[in-house]
Amino acid sequence: MDKSVENMFGTDIVLTSRIRIARNLENMPFPHKMTNEQTRKLINEVASSIIDSNSAIAHTFDLIKLKDINQLERLSLVEKHLISMDLFKNYDKTAVLLNSDRTVSIMINEEDHIRLQVIYPGLKIKEAYEYASRLDDLIEEKITYAFDSKLGYLTSCPTNIGTGLRASVMLHLPALTITKNINNILNTVTQVGITIRGIYGEGSNAMGNIYQISNQVTLGLSEEDIINNLLAVVNKIILQEKRTRGIMLEKQGMELEDDIYRSLGVLKYARVLSASECLNLLSKVRMGIEMGIIKDIDINKINELIVKVQPATLQIIEGRELDSRTRDITRAKIVRKSIS
Amino acid sequence: MLCQSCNQKEANVHITKIINGVKTELHLCEDCAKQKNEFNFSSPFSFGSDLSFQNILDGFVEVMGGSKPQYFEEEKCSVCGTTFEDFRRTGFVGCGNCYKEFNKNIVPLIRRIHGNIHHTGKLPRRAAGLLKLKRRINNLKEELKMAVNNEEYEKAAKIRDEIKELEAKIKDQETRG
Ligand SMILES: [Zn+2]
Ligand SMILES: [Zn+2]
Repeated sequence: MDKSVENMFGTDIVLTSRIRIARNLENMPFPHKMTNEQTRKLINEVASSIIDSNSAIAHTFDLIKLKDINQLERLSLVEKHLISMDLFKNYDKTAVLLNSDRTVSIMINEEDHIRLQVIYPGLKIKEAYEYASRLDDLIEEKITYAFDSKLGYLTSCPTNIGTGLRASVMLHLPALTITKNINNILNTVTQVGITIRGIYGEGSNAMGNIYQISNQVTLGLSEEDIINNLLAVVNKIILQEKRTRGIMLEKQGMELEDDIYRSLGVLKYARVLSASECLNLLSKVRMGIEMGIIKDIDINKINELIVKVQPATLQIIEGRELDSRTRDITRAKIVRKSIS
Repeated sequence: MLCQSCNQKEANVHITKIINGVKTELHLCEDCAKQKNEFNFSSPFSFGSDLSFQNILDGFVEVMGGSKPQYFEEEKCSVCGTTFEDFRRTGFVGCGNCYKEFNKNIVPLIRRIHGNIHHTGKLPRRAAGLLKLKRRINNLKEELKMAVNNEEYEKAAKIRDEIKELEAKIKDQETRG
Protein backbone atom coordinates (compact mmCIF):
# COMPACT_ATOMS: atom_id res chain seq x y z
CA MET A 1 0.00 0.00 0.00
CA ASP A 2 0.98 3.61 -0.57
CA LYS A 3 3.05 4.53 2.49
CA SER A 4 1.99 8.17 2.34
CA VAL A 5 -1.71 7.34 2.71
CA GLU A 6 -1.55 4.76 5.46
CA ASN A 7 -2.25 6.31 8.89
CA MET A 8 -2.40 9.76 7.42
CA PHE A 9 -5.42 10.74 9.48
CA GLY A 10 -6.42 10.32 13.11
CA THR A 11 -9.23 8.04 14.12
CA ASP A 12 -11.63 10.53 15.63
CA ILE A 13 -13.07 13.96 14.84
CA VAL A 14 -9.53 15.28 14.42
CA LEU A 15 -7.94 14.10 11.19
CA THR A 16 -4.62 15.96 11.21
CA SER A 17 -2.63 18.70 12.92
CA ARG A 18 -0.51 20.83 10.63
CA ILE A 19 2.21 23.39 11.27
CA ARG A 20 3.51 25.60 8.52
CA ILE A 21 6.41 28.00 9.05
CA ALA A 22 7.33 30.63 6.46
CA ARG A 23 10.97 31.69 6.20
CA ASN A 24 13.06 33.73 3.81
CA LEU A 25 16.76 34.18 3.30
CA GLU A 26 18.51 37.42 4.08
CA ASN A 27 19.75 39.52 1.15
CA MET A 28 17.78 37.63 -1.46
CA PRO A 29 14.67 38.89 -3.29
CA PHE A 30 11.46 36.97 -2.56
CA PRO A 31 10.59 34.16 -5.02
CA HIS A 32 8.39 36.19 -7.40
CA LYS A 33 11.32 38.57 -7.93
CA MET A 34 14.03 35.93 -8.34
CA THR A 35 15.85 35.04 -11.54
CA ASN A 36 15.83 31.41 -12.68
CA GLU A 37 19.47 31.17 -11.72
CA GLN A 38 18.64 32.36 -8.17
CA THR A 39 15.78 29.87 -7.79
CA ARG A 40 18.10 27.02 -8.81
CA LYS A 41 20.74 28.12 -6.33
CA LEU A 42 18.21 28.47 -3.55
CA ILE A 43 16.87 24.94 -4.07
CA ASN A 44 20.41 23.57 -3.70
CA GLU A 45 21.20 25.71 -0.70
CA VAL A 46 18.05 24.79 1.26
CA ALA A 47 18.26 21.11 0.30
CA SER A 48 21.87 21.01 1.41
CA SER A 49 21.04 22.55 4.81
CA ILE A 50 19.02 19.41 5.56
CA ILE A 51 20.53 16.62 3.46
CA ASP A 52 24.18 17.51 4.11
CA SER A 53 23.65 18.20 7.82
CA ASN A 54 25.04 16.02 10.59
CA SER A 55 21.53 15.35 11.84
CA ALA A 56 20.32 11.76 12.10
CA ILE A 57 17.29 12.63 9.98
CA ALA A 58 19.34 14.00 7.06
CA HIS A 59 19.22 10.78 5.04
CA THR A 60 15.43 10.40 5.42
CA PHE A 61 14.75 13.34 3.09
CA ASP A 62 14.30 13.26 -0.68
CA LEU A 63 14.50 16.32 -2.86
CA ILE A 64 11.85 16.44 -5.57
CA LYS A 65 12.08 19.16 -8.20
CA LEU A 66 8.55 19.71 -9.41
CA LYS A 67 9.62 19.89 -13.04
CA ASP A 68 11.07 16.37 -12.79
CA ILE A 69 7.73 14.68 -12.05
CA ASN A 70 4.60 14.62 -14.20
CA GLN A 71 1.43 16.65 -13.86
CA LEU A 72 -0.54 13.84 -12.18
CA GLU A 73 2.16 13.18 -9.61
CA ARG A 74 2.31 16.89 -8.83
CA LEU A 75 -1.48 17.06 -8.40
CA SER A 76 -1.45 14.01 -6.19
CA LEU A 77 1.02 15.75 -3.87
CA VAL A 78 -1.46 18.64 -3.65
CA GLU A 79 -4.30 16.25 -2.84
CA LYS A 80 -2.24 14.75 -0.04
CA HIS A 81 -1.53 18.27 1.28
CA LEU A 82 2.19 17.68 0.85
CA ILE A 83 2.57 20.68 -1.43
CA SER A 84 0.53 23.84 -1.98
CA MET A 85 -1.24 25.03 -5.11
CA ASP A 86 1.36 27.78 -5.33
CA LEU A 87 4.22 25.27 -5.52
CA PHE A 88 2.24 23.28 -8.08
CA LYS A 89 1.52 26.28 -10.33
CA ASN A 90 5.15 27.40 -10.41
CA TYR A 91 6.47 23.89 -11.03
CA ASP A 92 9.25 25.03 -13.35
CA LYS A 93 11.13 26.67 -10.47
CA THR A 94 9.93 24.98 -7.29
CA ALA A 95 11.00 21.96 -5.26
CA VAL A 96 10.04 20.05 -2.15
CA LEU A 97 11.97 18.06 0.43
CA LEU A 98 9.88 15.15 1.71
CA ASN A 99 10.82 12.81 4.53
CA SER A 100 10.23 9.09 4.22
CA ASP A 101 7.04 8.88 6.30
CA ARG A 102 5.70 12.00 4.57
CA THR A 103 5.09 13.90 7.81
CA VAL A 104 7.48 16.69 6.80
CA SER A 105 7.48 18.67 3.60
CA ILE A 106 9.79 21.59 3.05
CA MET A 107 8.62 23.62 0.07
CA ILE A 108 11.20 25.74 -1.71
CA ASN A 109 10.39 28.83 -3.81
CA GLU A 110 6.79 28.92 -2.77
CA GLU A 111 5.35 32.35 -1.95
CA ASP A 112 8.30 32.50 0.47
CA HIS A 113 11.73 30.92 0.00
CA ILE A 114 10.93 28.23 2.54
CA ARG A 115 7.62 26.84 3.72
CA LEU A 116 8.31 24.18 6.28
CA GLN A 117 5.36 21.93 7.00
CA VAL A 118 4.80 19.18 9.53
CA ILE A 119 1.58 17.15 9.46
CA TYR A 120 0.73 14.63 12.19
CA PRO A 121 -2.40 12.50 12.39
CA GLY A 122 -4.76 13.33 15.27
CA LEU A 123 -4.59 16.28 17.65
CA LYS A 124 -0.83 16.77 17.99
CA ILE A 125 -0.36 20.39 17.12
CA LYS A 126 2.15 21.06 19.92
CA GLU A 127 4.28 18.07 18.95
CA ALA A 128 4.11 19.14 15.31
CA TYR A 129 5.32 22.62 16.22
CA GLU A 130 8.17 21.31 18.33
CA TYR A 131 9.42 19.18 15.48
CA ALA A 132 8.97 21.97 12.94
CA SER A 133 10.92 24.34 15.17
CA ARG A 134 13.78 21.86 15.47
CA LEU A 135 13.95 21.53 11.68
CA ASP A 136 13.84 25.31 11.45
CA ASP A 137 16.90 25.46 13.74
CA LEU A 138 18.65 22.85 11.63
CA ILE A 139 18.14 24.88 8.44
CA GLU A 140 19.27 28.01 10.24
CA GLU A 141 22.64 26.45 11.03
CA LYS A 142 23.53 26.96 7.36
CA ILE A 143 21.21 29.78 6.33
CA THR A 144 20.69 33.33 7.60
CA TYR A 145 17.02 34.26 7.71
CA ALA A 146 15.50 37.63 6.83
CA PHE A 147 14.56 38.93 10.26
CA ASP A 148 13.70 42.32 11.68
CA SER A 149 14.02 42.84 15.43
CA LYS A 150 10.65 44.60 15.50
CA LEU A 151 8.60 42.84 12.81
CA GLY A 152 10.09 39.37 13.24
CA TYR A 153 10.57 36.95 10.34
CA LEU A 154 9.97 38.82 7.10
CA THR A 155 7.62 37.28 4.53
CA SER A 156 6.65 38.25 1.01
CA CYS A 157 3.06 38.90 2.12
CA PRO A 158 2.53 40.87 5.36
CA THR A 159 -0.26 38.49 6.39
CA ASN A 160 2.43 35.97 7.41
CA ILE A 161 4.98 38.30 8.99
CA GLY A 162 6.27 37.90 12.55
CA THR A 163 6.23 34.24 13.54
CA GLY A 164 5.48 33.10 9.97
CA LEU A 165 3.41 30.46 11.72
CA ARG A 166 0.19 28.97 10.45
CA ALA A 167 -1.12 26.25 12.74
CA SER A 168 -4.13 24.29 11.52
CA VAL A 169 -6.24 21.40 12.63
CA MET A 170 -8.33 19.40 10.18
CA LEU A 171 -11.68 18.39 11.65
CA HIS A 172 -14.45 16.08 10.52
CA LEU A 173 -17.69 17.87 11.42
CA PRO A 174 -20.67 16.09 9.86
CA ALA A 175 -23.18 16.80 12.66
CA LEU A 176 -22.40 20.52 12.78
CA THR A 177 -22.67 20.64 8.99
CA ILE A 178 -25.97 18.73 8.78
CA THR A 179 -27.55 20.93 11.46
CA LYS A 180 -26.02 24.05 9.83
CA ASN A 181 -24.52 25.03 13.21
CA ILE A 182 -21.21 25.35 11.42
CA ASN A 183 -22.27 28.81 10.20
CA ASN A 184 -22.59 30.12 13.77
CA ILE A 185 -19.18 28.74 14.61
CA LEU A 186 -17.74 30.34 11.50
CA ASN A 187 -19.00 33.74 12.63
CA THR A 188 -17.81 33.31 16.20
CA VAL A 189 -14.25 32.14 15.58
CA THR A 190 -13.41 34.84 13.05
CA GLN A 191 -13.84 37.31 15.88
CA VAL A 192 -10.95 35.75 17.76
CA GLY A 193 -8.50 35.69 14.87
CA ILE A 194 -9.22 32.13 13.73
CA THR A 195 -10.47 31.00 10.32
CA ILE A 196 -12.41 27.95 9.17
CA ARG A 197 -12.54 26.73 5.61
CA GLY A 198 -13.65 23.62 3.79
CA ILE A 199 -10.81 21.37 2.67
CA TYR A 200 -12.26 19.86 -0.45
CA GLY A 201 -14.49 21.85 -2.75
CA GLU A 202 -14.89 25.57 -3.14
CA GLY A 203 -15.76 28.22 -0.56
CA SER A 204 -17.86 27.28 2.43
CA ASN A 205 -19.38 24.31 0.60
CA ALA A 206 -17.14 21.74 2.27
CA MET A 207 -17.07 18.35 0.57
CA GLY A 208 -16.85 15.43 2.95
CA ASN A 209 -17.62 17.72 5.92
CA ILE A 210 -13.91 18.26 6.48
CA TYR A 211 -12.75 21.66 7.67
CA GLN A 212 -9.46 23.33 8.41
CA ILE A 213 -9.25 25.58 11.47
CA SER A 214 -6.23 27.94 11.48
CA ASN A 215 -4.83 31.01 13.15
CA GLN A 216 -5.10 34.26 11.22
CA VAL A 217 -2.79 36.47 13.24
CA THR A 218 0.95 35.74 13.00
CA LEU A 219 2.47 38.84 14.61
CA GLY A 220 2.37 40.06 18.22
CA LEU A 221 1.76 36.65 19.76
CA SER A 222 4.30 34.00 20.67
CA GLU A 223 4.12 30.64 18.89
CA GLU A 224 2.92 29.10 22.12
CA ASP A 225 0.07 31.59 22.45
CA ILE A 226 -0.96 31.10 18.83
CA ILE A 227 -1.13 27.35 19.34
CA ASN A 228 -2.92 27.58 22.68
CA ASN A 229 -5.54 29.94 21.23
CA LEU A 230 -6.11 27.59 18.35
CA LEU A 231 -6.36 24.58 20.65
CA ALA A 232 -8.91 26.33 22.84
CA VAL A 233 -11.13 26.98 19.82
CA VAL A 234 -10.61 23.51 18.37
CA ASN A 235 -11.51 21.85 21.66
CA LYS A 236 -14.72 23.89 21.83
CA ILE A 237 -15.66 22.91 18.30
CA ILE A 238 -14.98 19.22 19.02
CA LEU A 239 -17.19 19.44 22.09
CA GLN A 240 -20.01 21.02 20.07
CA GLU A 241 -19.72 18.39 17.35
CA LYS A 242 -19.96 15.67 20.01
CA ARG A 243 -22.94 17.35 21.67
CA THR A 244 -24.71 17.76 18.36
CA ARG A 245 -24.13 14.10 17.55
CA GLY A 246 -25.58 13.22 20.95
CA ILE A 247 -28.69 15.29 20.33
CA MET A 248 -29.15 13.81 16.86
CA LEU A 249 -28.84 10.31 18.28
CA GLU A 250 -31.32 11.08 21.04
CA LYS A 251 -33.96 12.84 18.94
CA GLN A 252 -33.65 11.08 15.59
CA GLY A 253 -31.53 8.05 16.33
CA MET A 254 -33.29 5.75 13.88
CA GLU A 255 -33.13 8.30 11.06
CA LEU A 256 -29.44 8.90 11.75
CA GLU A 257 -28.68 5.19 11.76
CA ASP A 258 -30.71 4.77 8.59
CA ASP A 259 -28.79 7.56 6.87
CA ILE A 260 -25.43 6.08 7.90
CA TYR A 261 -26.29 2.55 6.73
CA ARG A 262 -27.80 3.81 3.45
CA SER A 263 -24.52 5.63 2.83
CA LEU A 264 -22.61 2.43 3.50
CA GLY A 265 -24.98 0.58 1.18
CA VAL A 266 -24.35 2.97 -1.69
CA LEU A 267 -20.57 2.82 -1.17
CA LYS A 268 -20.71 -0.99 -1.17
CA TYR A 269 -22.78 -1.37 -4.33
CA ALA A 270 -22.56 1.80 -6.46
CA ARG A 271 -21.07 1.48 -9.93
CA VAL A 272 -20.51 5.20 -10.60
CA LEU A 273 -19.36 7.65 -7.90
CA SER A 274 -18.42 11.29 -8.33
CA ALA A 275 -15.74 12.70 -6.00
CA SER A 276 -18.17 14.88 -4.07
CA GLU A 277 -20.84 12.17 -3.62
CA CYS A 278 -18.16 9.72 -2.58
CA LEU A 279 -16.61 12.07 -0.01
CA ASN A 280 -19.98 12.88 1.49
CA LEU A 281 -20.89 9.19 1.80
CA LEU A 282 -17.49 8.38 3.30
CA SER A 283 -18.09 11.17 5.82
CA LYS A 284 -21.39 9.62 6.94
CA VAL A 285 -19.80 6.20 7.29
CA ARG A 286 -16.85 7.67 9.15
CA MET A 287 -19.28 9.32 11.58
CA GLY A 288 -21.04 5.97 11.96
CA ILE A 289 -17.75 4.33 12.94
CA GLU A 290 -16.78 7.18 15.28
CA MET A 291 -20.16 6.91 17.03
CA GLY A 292 -19.92 3.13 17.37
CA ILE A 293 -22.93 2.56 15.10
CA ILE A 294 -20.83 0.74 12.50
CA LYS A 295 -18.48 -1.69 14.21
CA ASP A 296 -17.02 -3.97 11.57
CA ILE A 297 -15.13 -1.44 9.42
CA ASP A 298 -11.67 -0.13 10.31
CA ILE A 299 -11.69 3.66 10.31
CA ASN A 300 -8.22 3.70 8.75
CA LYS A 301 -9.75 2.10 5.68
CA ILE A 302 -12.09 5.09 5.37
CA ASN A 303 -9.22 7.53 5.96
CA GLU A 304 -7.26 5.86 3.22
CA LEU A 305 -10.22 6.06 0.84
CA ILE A 306 -10.69 9.79 1.46
CA VAL A 307 -7.26 10.30 -0.10
CA LYS A 308 -7.39 7.55 -2.72
CA VAL A 309 -10.64 8.74 -4.33
CA GLN A 310 -9.20 12.20 -5.12
CA PRO A 311 -8.97 12.60 -8.91
CA ALA A 312 -5.18 12.72 -9.41
CA THR A 313 -4.32 10.13 -6.76
CA LEU A 314 -6.94 7.84 -8.30
CA GLN A 315 -5.31 8.10 -11.71
CA ILE A 316 -1.87 7.41 -10.27
CA ILE A 317 -3.19 4.25 -8.59
CA GLU A 318 -4.61 3.20 -11.96
CA GLY A 319 -1.35 4.10 -13.64
CA ARG A 320 -2.92 6.13 -16.46
CA GLU A 321 -4.93 9.22 -17.25
CA LEU A 322 -8.69 8.74 -17.08
CA ASP A 323 -11.57 10.87 -18.36
CA SER A 324 -14.08 11.99 -15.76
CA ARG A 325 -16.63 9.22 -16.45
CA THR A 326 -14.01 6.50 -16.26
CA ARG A 327 -12.74 8.09 -13.05
CA ASP A 328 -16.21 7.85 -11.48
CA ILE A 329 -16.47 4.19 -12.45
CA THR A 330 -12.95 3.45 -11.19
CA ARG A 331 -13.65 5.29 -7.95
CA ALA A 332 -16.74 3.14 -7.32
CA LYS A 333 -14.70 0.01 -8.02
CA ILE A 334 -11.92 0.99 -5.60
CA VAL A 335 -14.40 1.81 -2.84
CA ARG A 336 -16.35 -1.40 -3.42
CA LYS A 337 -13.23 -3.51 -3.25
CA SER A 338 -12.06 -1.82 -0.08
CA ILE A 339 -15.16 -2.00 2.10
CA SER A 340 -17.22 -4.99 1.03
CA MET B 1 -13.83 62.94 25.96
CA LEU B 2 -10.60 64.14 24.40
CA CYS B 3 -8.90 62.41 21.49
CA GLN B 4 -6.45 59.79 22.77
CA SER B 5 -3.94 60.65 20.11
CA CYS B 6 -3.64 64.45 20.06
CA ASN B 7 -5.30 65.16 23.42
CA GLN B 8 -6.66 68.36 21.93
CA LYS B 9 -9.81 67.85 19.94
CA GLU B 10 -13.06 66.19 20.96
CA ALA B 11 -13.06 62.43 20.30
CA ASN B 12 -15.99 61.67 18.05
CA VAL B 13 -14.74 58.46 16.42
CA HIS B 14 -14.96 55.41 18.63
CA ILE B 15 -13.42 52.16 17.51
CA THR B 16 -13.70 48.75 19.13
CA LYS B 17 -11.55 45.95 17.89
CA ILE B 18 -11.53 42.39 19.14
CA ILE B 19 -8.50 40.38 18.19
CA ASN B 20 -7.68 37.07 19.80
CA GLY B 21 -10.30 37.82 22.38
CA VAL B 22 -8.64 41.04 23.45
CA LYS B 23 -10.83 44.09 23.19
CA THR B 24 -9.17 47.36 22.27
CA GLU B 25 -11.01 50.63 22.38
CA LEU B 26 -9.82 53.75 20.63
CA HIS B 27 -11.34 57.18 20.97
CA LEU B 28 -10.07 59.64 18.40
CA CYS B 29 -10.92 62.92 16.77
CA GLU B 30 -11.85 62.75 13.11
CA ASP B 31 -8.48 64.02 11.92
CA CYS B 32 -6.41 61.56 13.95
CA ALA B 33 -8.73 58.71 12.98
CA LYS B 34 -8.12 59.47 9.32
CA GLN B 35 -4.42 59.55 9.96
CA LYS B 36 -4.47 56.24 11.75
CA ASN B 37 -6.48 54.69 8.92
CA GLU B 38 -8.92 53.37 11.45
CA PHE B 39 -11.80 55.34 10.04
CA ASN B 40 -12.95 52.82 7.54
CA PHE B 41 -14.07 50.14 9.97
CA SER B 42 -17.69 49.68 9.06
CA SER B 43 -18.50 47.52 12.07
CA PRO B 44 -16.70 46.79 15.30
CA PHE B 45 -16.03 43.25 14.11
CA SER B 46 -15.07 43.98 10.57
CA PHE B 47 -11.48 43.15 11.38
CA GLY B 48 -11.97 39.47 11.72
CA SER B 49 -14.91 38.81 9.48
CA ASP B 50 -13.32 39.44 6.14
CA LEU B 51 -9.63 39.54 6.48
CA SER B 52 -8.61 39.02 2.92
CA PHE B 53 -5.53 41.01 2.21
CA GLN B 54 -7.03 42.82 -0.76
CA ASN B 55 -9.92 44.02 1.39
CA ILE B 56 -7.58 45.47 3.94
CA LEU B 57 -5.56 47.07 1.23
CA ASP B 58 -8.62 48.49 -0.52
CA GLY B 59 -9.88 49.92 2.76
CA PHE B 60 -6.49 51.41 3.32
CA VAL B 61 -6.46 53.14 -0.03
CA GLU B 62 -9.99 54.45 0.41
CA VAL B 63 -9.05 56.04 3.68
CA MET B 64 -6.11 57.69 2.06
CA GLY B 65 -8.46 59.47 -0.34
CA GLY B 66 -10.18 58.63 -3.60
CA SER B 67 -7.46 59.85 -5.91
CA LYS B 68 -4.10 58.20 -5.99
CA PRO B 69 -2.04 59.42 -3.06
CA GLN B 70 1.23 60.86 -4.25
CA TYR B 71 3.54 58.51 -2.34
CA PHE B 72 2.55 55.65 -4.62
CA GLU B 73 4.49 57.25 -7.46
CA GLU B 74 7.61 57.94 -5.46
CA GLU B 75 8.24 54.97 -3.26
CA LYS B 76 10.45 52.36 -4.79
CA CYS B 77 12.63 49.80 -3.03
CA SER B 78 16.26 50.56 -3.80
CA VAL B 79 17.21 46.89 -3.56
CA CYS B 80 14.57 45.03 -5.59
CA GLY B 81 12.81 47.83 -7.48
CA THR B 82 9.34 47.02 -6.17
CA THR B 83 7.16 50.12 -5.93
CA PHE B 84 4.53 50.69 -3.28
CA GLU B 85 2.02 50.65 -6.14
CA ASP B 86 3.25 47.13 -7.08
CA PHE B 87 2.73 46.06 -3.50
CA ARG B 88 -0.68 47.66 -3.35
CA ARG B 89 -1.73 45.83 -6.52
CA THR B 90 -0.37 42.38 -5.69
CA GLY B 91 -0.16 42.23 -1.89
CA PHE B 92 3.48 41.13 -2.12
CA VAL B 93 6.66 43.01 -1.32
CA GLY B 94 9.74 42.11 -3.32
CA CYS B 95 12.36 41.67 -0.60
CA GLY B 96 13.06 42.17 3.09
CA ASN B 97 14.34 45.67 2.45
CA CYS B 98 10.89 46.73 1.12
CA TYR B 99 9.65 46.66 4.72
CA LYS B 100 12.29 49.25 5.61
CA GLU B 101 11.65 51.50 2.63
CA PHE B 102 7.85 51.36 2.80
CA ASN B 103 7.91 51.41 6.59
CA LYS B 104 5.73 54.45 7.05
CA ASN B 105 2.94 53.12 4.86
CA ILE B 106 3.27 49.43 5.51
CA VAL B 107 3.34 49.50 9.32
CA PRO B 108 -0.26 50.80 9.65
CA LEU B 109 -1.32 48.02 7.32
CA ILE B 110 0.47 45.39 9.37
CA ARG B 111 -1.20 46.75 12.47
CA ARG B 112 -4.52 46.36 10.69
CA ILE B 113 -3.87 42.77 9.75
CA HIS B 114 -2.44 41.57 13.07
CA GLY B 115 -3.60 44.16 15.57
CA ASN B 116 0.03 44.52 16.56
CA ILE B 117 3.42 45.47 15.13
CA HIS B 118 5.80 43.88 17.63
CA HIS B 119 7.15 40.39 17.16
CA THR B 120 7.25 38.53 20.47
CA GLY B 121 7.86 35.00 19.17
CA LYS B 122 10.84 32.90 18.24
CA LEU B 123 14.20 34.51 17.45
CA PRO B 124 16.75 33.22 14.97
CA ARG B 125 19.19 31.19 17.01
CA ARG B 126 22.45 32.75 15.96
CA ALA B 127 21.24 36.31 16.44
CA ALA B 128 19.17 35.45 19.49
CA GLY B 129 21.54 36.76 22.18
CA LEU B 130 21.67 40.24 20.74
CA LEU B 131 17.99 40.34 19.85
CA LYS B 132 16.99 39.27 23.33
CA LEU B 133 19.01 42.13 24.80
CA LYS B 134 17.33 44.57 22.43
CA ARG B 135 13.92 43.22 23.31
CA ARG B 136 14.71 43.55 27.03
CA ILE B 137 15.79 47.17 26.50
CA ASN B 138 12.54 47.97 24.68
CA ASN B 139 10.56 46.52 27.58
CA LEU B 140 12.63 48.48 30.09
CA LYS B 141 12.04 51.69 28.17
CA GLU B 142 8.31 51.11 28.49
CA GLU B 143 8.72 50.51 32.21
CA LEU B 144 10.80 53.65 32.49
CA LYS B 145 8.08 55.71 30.86
CA MET B 146 5.52 54.33 33.29
CA ALA B 147 7.75 54.94 36.29
CA VAL B 148 8.28 58.55 35.26
CA ASN B 149 4.56 59.01 34.65
CA ASN B 150 3.86 57.63 38.12
CA GLU B 151 6.57 59.86 39.58
CA GLU B 152 8.49 56.85 40.90
CA TYR B 153 11.84 58.50 40.37
CA GLU B 154 13.92 56.10 42.38
CA LYS B 155 12.63 53.19 40.35
CA ALA B 156 13.13 55.16 37.14
CA ALA B 157 16.77 55.78 37.99
CA LYS B 158 17.33 52.09 38.58
CA ILE B 159 15.74 51.18 35.26
CA ARG B 160 17.82 53.83 33.50
CA ASP B 161 21.00 52.28 34.91
CA GLU B 162 19.95 48.86 33.75
CA ILE B 163 19.27 50.14 30.25
CA LYS B 164 22.72 51.75 30.14
CA GLU B 165 24.32 48.52 31.23
CA LEU B 166 22.49 46.51 28.57
CA GLU B 167 23.33 49.04 25.87
CA ALA B 168 26.99 48.78 26.77
CA LYS B 169 26.71 45.00 26.50
CA ILE B 170 25.22 45.30 23.02
CA LYS B 171 27.98 47.67 21.92
CA ASP B 172 30.53 45.24 23.21
CA GLN B 173 28.97 42.31 21.37
CA GLU B 174 28.59 44.24 18.15
CA THR B 175 32.19 45.45 18.08
CA ARG B 176 33.40 41.93 18.72
CA GLY B 177 31.27 40.92 15.73
ZN1 LIG C 1 -6.87 63.96 17.68
ZN1 LIG D 1 12.53 45.39 -1.94
